[in-house]
Amino acid sequence: MITWLAAVLLGSIPGGWLFRFLGQKLTNNRPYFRDMGFGMAFGYVLGAAILVSAIWMYIVSWSTAGAIPDTYFFYRTAVHGLILFAIMGVAFLWFGRLVGTAGTRKLFRSMPVTAAFGILIIILYAICAIFADFIAPYGQEEVLGNANVVPGGNPALGGNPDFPLGTDQIGRDILSRLIYGAQNTVGIAFVTTCLAFFLGVTGGFLASTLRGWTDQVLSRLVDVLMAIPALIFALLLITAASSLFTGFGLTVAMIVIIAVIDATRVFRLARAVGMNIVVMDYIEAAKLRGEGLGYLIFREILPNATAPLLAEFGLRFCFVFLTIASLSFLGVGIQPPLADWGTMVRDLSQFINFASFAPQVSAVALLPALAIALLTVAVNFVVDWMLHKSSGLKE
Amino acid sequence: MSDQLVKIRGLKIEGRSDETWNPIINGVDLDLNKGEVLGLIGESGAGKSTMGLAAMGFTRDGCRISGGSVEFDGIDLVNAPAAVKRGLLGKRIAYVAQSAAASFNPAHKLIDQHTEAPTQHSVQSKAESEKDGIELYRRLRLPDPDNIGFRYPHQVSGGQLQRAMTAMAMSCRPDLIIFDEPTTALDVTTQIEVLASIRDIVEQFNTAAIYITHDLAVVAQMADKIKVLLKGDEVEEADTRTMLSAPKQEYTKSLWAVRSFQRPQKPAVNVGATPVVSVQNVTAAYGTVPVLFDVSFDIHAGRTVAVVGESGSGKSTTARCITGLLPPKQGHIEFDGQVLPLDYRQRDKNQLRQAQMIYQMADTALNPRKTIGELIGRPVQFYSGKTGAEKRKRVDELLEQIELEPTQYFNRLPSELSGGQKQRIGIARALAAEPKFIICDEVTSALDQLVAEGILKLLADLQDKLGLSYMFITHDLATVRAISDEVVVMKDGKVVEQGPKDQMFQPPHHPYTDLLLSSVPEMDPDWLTTLLKERGVDNIGDAAVDKMA
Repeated sequence: MITWLAAVLLGSIPGGWLFRFLGQKLTNNRPYFRDMGFGMAFGYVLGAAILVSAIWMYIVSWSTAGAIPDTYFFYRTAVHGLILFAIMGVAFLWFGRLVGTAGTRKLFRSMPVTAAFGILIIILYAICAIFADFIAPYGQEEVLGNANVVPGGNPALGGNPDFPLGTDQIGRDILSRLIYGAQNTVGIAFVTTCLAFFLGVTGGFLASTLRGWTDQVLSRLVDVLMAIPALIFALLLITAASSLFTGFGLTVAMIVIIAVIDATRVFRLARAVGMNIVVMDYIEAAKLRGEGLGYLIFREILPNATAPLLAEFGLRFCFVFLTIASLSFLGVGIQPPLADWGTMVRDLSQFINFASFAPQVSAVALLPALAIALLTVAVNFVVDWMLHKSSGLKE
Repeated sequence: MSDQLVKIRGLKIEGRSDETWNPIINGVDLDLNKGEVLGLIGESGAGKSTMGLAAMGFTRDGCRISGGSVEFDGIDLVNAPAAVKRGLLGKRIAYVAQSAAASFNPAHKLIDQHTEAPTQHSVQSKAESEKDGIELYRRLRLPDPDNIGFRYPHQVSGGQLQRAMTAMAMSCRPDLIIFDEPTTALDVTTQIEVLASIRDIVEQFNTAAIYITHDLAVVAQMADKIKVLLKGDEVEEADTRTMLSAPKQEYTKSLWAVRSFQRPQKPAVNVGATPVVSVQNVTAAYGTVPVLFDVSFDIHAGRTVAVVGESGSGKSTTARCITGLLPPKQGHIEFDGQVLPLDYRQRDKNQLRQAQMIYQMADTALNPRKTIGELIGRPVQFYSGKTGAEKRKRVDELLEQIELEPTQYFNRLPSELSGGQKQRIGIARALAAEPKFIICDEVTSALDQLVAEGILKLLADLQDKLGLSYMFITHDLATVRAISDEVVVMKDGKVVEQGPKDQMFQPPHHPYTDLLLSSVPEMDPDWLTTLLKERGVDNIGDAAVDKMA
């Protein structure tokens, strides 16, 4: 394998030179080839080599399909997933360009495919979360008798068409739990992020507007909170809270604890953004008019800080979401029997051991992880696009 | 070998915005011979800078050359390979940017940035280039030329940086230098030094130059011939003297005529009248750094007091003391004979309403996320309590006062307005409070001359109609001459001289006032030469030329 890799890398060196040379000759010295650096030509050839080997691997994978053990199962699934998502993204983008008001059509025209894909995924997750009761075939806590059904719905491989994604050790339907998981995990993460933003933005703008002692006290408090590793701190506080609350109360306590810890990061950003805005003459003009603090913060500063804050909201949402999943995985997050992706990964984690000889079985544990990863990627695509847009507007 | 250095034919440049390509330059020709200086003038948005950069075969991001040709010494720059351009730029063509402070890398010493181009192009070794740099600093009359290069950009003043940048452009002895508004950001007294140094060094090395500026008087000193641009089209081109004495086109004539606006001196104020604003023995400091020393002056009803001085002289600080943003350490401010609380937070709504402010940069003075209606409506509602239709009516009135059509502008955002229109909105916002007194902080210095004149006329009309008093902070003496009744000259936080305008513009002057007045460029092409002779600074560095040649 290593010699093979080395051969591709070394082969790309003369390949790159040849590629550039041929490009120059065939296009009659077009500026693009004429001014091309060697590194760029090398990159093109190497990229092409990797693409070719990926396609070749996919063709090979069909020869082992259905066999046990199916070595290329995950690779084939990944390729199928990628193609499916790409088609979905492009279709959604074209849909957005043709349908809707003039404003949204214009928005979609300037949107990259990645952002369209991200928006689509977020919409799908939102639908799952809001209409979980109608979409899910079974209840999230319902024990259906058939334990450890393999996903895929193929009886020959140990599946059951009634449970397309299989069941867990005590016979709960995985698909239903994934859909309810969207409601629990994503819903709680959203509420937590909103609370973190409310605290962080208010504090940050207060600090940047008032300066002096307010700024010192708030900033040092935030420093102290940030000095303690976030996950361990959350673990500590939730463990302490669990002696006071149970059930729903504990979930609320978790939301508040994570919100406060994440608000420290939001505070830093809001303070820095606010500092740049409060030095503007229009803030001075508002101060000299005799405007109150509330007007200054929410009517003068906030509208000008929306772009960076919105981008941060997307990222922060991912972090909060991952923190909740991690805490659930560690057993202190969302409490059973509520379905939650983090808890599901933990409960099903022993199936990962089957990956080498029964990939379909191990996929059970990877499905909730995939759900987490997909949302994180989708949100980041959208955030990237928004950041790009806001920085382009500022100039 | 012909004498022609730059030959631009039918140049067309387009810029991309809102997914379409919009023309910036529509087919302009330009010829420049060796050792010749061409002045490019026009308002902002005329395409001067784009044209200057195109002479280097370069366009800004988002722009493209869509037609025409650019030839530099016989080399076609539009189609030249990147490698050829790399060999020319910095070595044979150099560029001096408007803001030297923003163009130097703050992390490296001046001399290290100076030696970059010559060593990169293998013109000189690093040691040779350093020696040469010091020599150039000397000829550009930088103070302490032996050591100044070993400082960082933040350790030298703006005018010195601009000269260091000119030295840097000279480092490879290029055939062509493009100066993009090199003195616009400088004070008049500093501007003179930079202009004199640039002119001398360009003459000494017989370098061709394209000098881009919007200041006619400056270009008159520098250029052999002048080209006037308007919205991407050439208006006319002629020899400097011909152009100044006999411009052909209407547009050029209107540019020339701008400086003529002047208000007559008003009669003296009655003795014993209470001034609207009286600044009394104000001393102020930022932290422990003192900036104002015992400043006193009065502003009477319906009068304009111009406060003049270089940057750092304490003009704006005085304004901050009056508005209460910076409470003075000693002294106080009286308004209509009553002492105002020093801090604005302790003033009541009525006291705040009476004194309003208009800012230099309308871009930062107007909240970009609010519509014009909201921007002007807020002070109306805040001070008078009007809402709904009443408020709308008042906003419409104000928009009419500043000569903007209410229905057309009410729902626009500041970004959809031109610079002059934004400044008018700033005026309307101040008027919305129905003040007695307005502080105008350099309100015209960021605007083109024609637009600035419109703003000054508007302010003068409003003063006649509403009986306002203005405190007019400026460094531009043409503006002072145009609008003021009384003048206060400041230097290093002290009032140097004050009195009625007519008296101030007549000799005898205080020596500093004299320096300021004589430093304002005039349209006469011989002005700089004459002035330098008078001041006893002959064409500098003649000895140095012999040594270097």
